[in-house]
Amino acid sequence: MDQGVVRFITAGSVDDGKSTLIGRLLYDTKSILVDQMESLSKTRHARAVSTEAGIDLALLTDGLEAEREQGITIDVAYRYFSTPQRKFIVADAPGHEQYTRNLVTGASQSDVAVVLVDATRVDLSTQPATLLAQTKRHAAIIRLLGLRHVVFVINKMDLLDFNEQTFNAIGESITDLTQKLGLPKPQLIPISALLGINVVEKSAATPWYRGQTLLQWLENLDLGVDNKSAEFRFPVQFVARQDGSDANGFRGYMGRIDAGHVRVGQKITVLPSGRHSTVTEIYLANGSGALDTNNAVPSAATDQTVTLCLSDELDVSRGDLFTQTDGLTPPALTQLLSADLCWLDSEPLSLTRKYALRHTTNTVSAKVKRIEQVLDVHTLLHGTDVQVLNANDIGRVELVLQKPIAADLFDEARRTGCFILIDEATHHTVAAGMIRNT
Amino acid sequence: MTTTPLQDSHLDGLEAESITIIREVVAQCANPAMLFSSGKDSIVMFHLARKAFHFGARPIRLPFPLLHIDTGHNYDEVIQFRDALVRKTGVQLIVGHVEDSIKRGTVRLRKATDSRNAAQAVTLLESIAEHEFDALMGGARRDEEKARAKERIFSFRDEFGQWDPKAQRPELWHLYNARITRGENMRVFPISNWTELDIWQYIAREKLELPSIYYSHSREVVRKNNLLVPVTPVTPKGPSDNSEVLSVRFRTVGDISCTCPVESRAATPTEIIAETVLSELTERGATRMDDQTSEASMERRKKEGYF
Repeated sequence: MDQGVVRFITAGSVDDGKSTLIGRLLYDTKSILVDQMESLSKTRHARAVSTEAGIDLALLTDGLEAEREQGITIDVAYRYFSTPQRKFIVADAPGHEQYTRNLVTGASQSDVAVVLVDATRVDLSTQPATLLAQTKRHAAIIRLLGLRHVVFVINKMDLLDFNEQTFNAIGESITDLTQKLGLPKPQLIPISALLGINVVEKSAATPWYRGQTLLQWLENLDLGVDNKSAEFRFPVQFVARQDGSDANGFRGYMGRIDAGHVRVGQKITVLPSGRHSTVTEIYLANGSGALDTNNAVPSAATDQTVTLCLSDELDVSRGDLFTQTDGLTPPALTQLLSADLCWLDSEPLSLTRKYALRHTTNTVSAKVKRIEQVLDVHTLLHGTDVQVLNANDIGRVELVLQKPIAADLFDEARRTGCFILIDEATHHTVAAGMIRNT
Repeated sequence: MTTTPLQDSHLDGLEAESITIIREVVAQCANPAMLFSSGKDSIVMFHLARKAFHFGARPIRLPFPLLHIDTGHNYDEVIQFRDALVRKTGVQLIVGHVEDSIKRGTVRLRKATDSRNAAQAVTLLESIAEHEFDALMGGARRDEEKARAKERIFSFRDEFGQWDPKAQRPELWHLYNARITRGENMRVFPISNWTELDIWQYIAREKLELPSIYYSHSREVVRKNNLLVPVTPVTPKGPSDNSEVLSVRFRTVGDISCTCPVESRAATPTEIIAETVLSELTERGATRMDDQTSEASMERRKKEGYF
């Protein structure tokens, strides 16, 4: 995994201050340029909250006209900033309930989640303190989407006099929540996005807080080697052919290595056919200077885009998966999947229609046989009596496929364990799926 | 912005993502093309495409043509650069002329010297119809402008070429959905996640050639509304204008009538990186006359089919 860039999502309920927080990160890392500042002071905004510099930081990310009218963020905006340590890509996902699909989108593009909690909207009269339903929903989605690094920033601490007891009470509720969901022990940071406290600069306002600021935490985060040590997974994206016109006939299999590594001479198995072959050539598409030189390499690893040639003339096409023949944990070849579905479309899931299921580069027809349970985000309990999935619902379903696919479990191999469903009539992407059982 | 050079690993990551996207277009779409303006972003995108189809010593053959929407208002250096690149790489180039749309009457300008930037959308849609392209790759970046920050990588256009920002397809992991019905169109942005700084660092690393006007040169300009308007046949000096000759370079290459240079002595990518890192103006703000008209002008133009 690329240690030079951190992709993170900001999640939280509407008005928790997500856009302000991102604006603050951009402003304090000096990523905002003069003309952007000037256009901000020209803009009229219904929920404008000014900073000490007289700028509404949220306006930096609220890009579309409709949002400027409504004063809410309705789509994922991507933002970029860098520090001497790292480069950051931020997915600013909306908190409004009907736009949960955008949170799912943003989370699927991210390695790290920054969850905002508006400290003033936590009900402290209960024991433990009661978090907003949206906060729970977002934490649940982050768990489902397998983000392994999560930080909760407790925002608007300025409105609560930076009270340590309040922070601790909220922290306990969050710890409870993450335990229930099976998330790792959460990082908790008290901040004020508006005043810039503990976002980039450490503040004297919270002498009792000895941890890192949000930016320090993001800069120092170890993303880990991820799936480089995992077994080889290579979905064939495109078969390149150059033949006919010259003797230099060529048949290469293009794609990005999803996990593990590959070397010339390695024995591979093609799934679903189960045929074996040996890698004879590896052409590395990316990496410095690859166009000037012969880009044949002896080996390649996760995240690299390559073209592979095999020793045998096999019938291989887009959608096939190459694995290492000596692998100990091969993917399951299956026509039945148990999966969590995040329903994204305004038209609810139909149990009678068939959908196109996109898994890696492969597309097969699929039907949802039954809905096993639906997650109630208020209680985080699973209801078993619901037989419908509407937009923004998350449910465990059983799918039956027209042809077998080579599937991994999502929590073990994210890229070969995820899929989307596409409506055959409208071509909409209607669901995000995470494989839980094969 | 900071002054630390970003690591190679970061560029490798962006590069791999872009190459994957370009290959995905070829795999999923029947008749794609790549937009090419000779601007630095399209030069980087073209380079990435050639890397995607590079197999050792074999000649690189792209499975799609380049499409240039030509406003007819160009700097000579830019067209010369384009034609030299075509000769050198053997890529197929298709040119759609705004001039032809004007002759057909599908584009009408109030006066001959009006900016033809907005008219490009018409010629683009006409070129799509003529060649029956189902997907076009473009070199837009999300850091350029706020409306672009929300654009999907695979961005759906209806049969009128319109973008509906409220009805975008969710984009999950790397599972891009390029399905369309005949007459509809996909716009694909392989370098969405690159910033201006990334582009310059990549140009330096890969030693890419650019049209010479990207580097400092002497040019006669008039100062107007905090912009340096070049004196050209399309943008002549008015009677009350005072011109001066300054050392300038262009940060974007577009229609002459709406693209302004910035003062600069940077003559190499490395010097430009140093300037970019210190720049107080975003790329479009410093150099585009048409984006300043209203806060939401880019979003309006996108809805109309502009790239």
